[in-house]
Amino acid sequence: MHIPDGFLDAKTAVATSAASLAALKYSMTKVKEELGERDVPSLGVMAAFIFAAQMVNFPVMAGTSGHLLGAALAAILFGPYSASLILSAVLIVQCLFFQDGGITALGANILNMAVAATFVASCVYSAVKKLKFSGSEIAAVFLSAWISVLVGAFLTSVELALSGTVPLNAVIAPMMLVHAVIGIGEGIITCAAVGYVRRFLDGKSGACANSEAGGETN
Amino acid sequence: MKRWAMVLLLALVIAAFLSPFASPHPDGLERVAEDLGFLKKGESPVLRFSPMPDYTVATINDERVSTALAGVTGTLITLAFAWGWTKLISK
Repeated sequence: MHIPDGFLDAKTAVATSAASLAALKYSMTKVKEELGERDVPSLGVMAAFIFAAQMVNFPVMAGTSGHLLGAALAAILFGPYSASLILSAVLIVQCLFFQDGGITALGANILNMAVAATFVASCVYSAVKKLKFSGSEIAAVFLSAWISVLVGAFLTSVELALSGTVPLNAVIAPMMLVHAVIGIGEGIITCAAVGYVRRFLDGKSGACANSEAGGETN
Repeated sequence: MKRWAMVLLLALVIAAFLSPFASPHPDGLERVAEDLGFLKKGESPVLRFSPMPDYTVATINDERVSTALAGVTGTLITLAFAWGWTKLISK
């Protein structure tokens, strides 16, 4: 759901950029407190893994595809602050080197996928895991991944509507519907990947403590 | 070998061998934009300096090789960028 140039008007582009800059600045100070230099390779490799996995579009419904977002994967393994930097790194590289996501929409894409999706995923994961029923770990992973995609789709729809590109009541239902299906793929891939990646990467696990859901300011 | 190398290896394998077989269909947002008639608004990128637009390498004709090469390159660029960024702030 990378927004291209031309979908957002100037005010929405500026507002979302300001919000994601503020959120990233805060994440950077938190990461500085939480992480040591020892953890740096793991974060770099997590970003590289998400970039690669995002390239593999899988078919959903007729004539439509989806791909992994990775926000929940990163948030579960590294917590919301590191995850927001990891996803931002992926989005910046995609935008600059591959023309995937417009440069004028980079702020919005970061807000939707790197900030809001990671923070909500982190909170959902912690909340479901706390219920401690049998299978709560896998349920927490799947649900946080599914919801993270819907969060991104919801914010994208709102931004498109604020920009006057399409009315909210026209765009919201199809966006949520298609991403509810894509989210199932997100959940399955995240469940499969989280165990493998956790075995090999060091990171703070996804605590939700004092994480203001940074994206909701828009 | 460092433990994280196992994850990097998997990422490179995905980029090289799975990405060329990715579904070519439009993604969720593109599908909705097409159905609701605003896809055209997004067809003129502001910047055109991206070296590998749409995950292809212009000089390579074979589509799958081109995508695989773009994927491996992008995976390594992302690794370097995220590594450098977090190293800068974790000091």
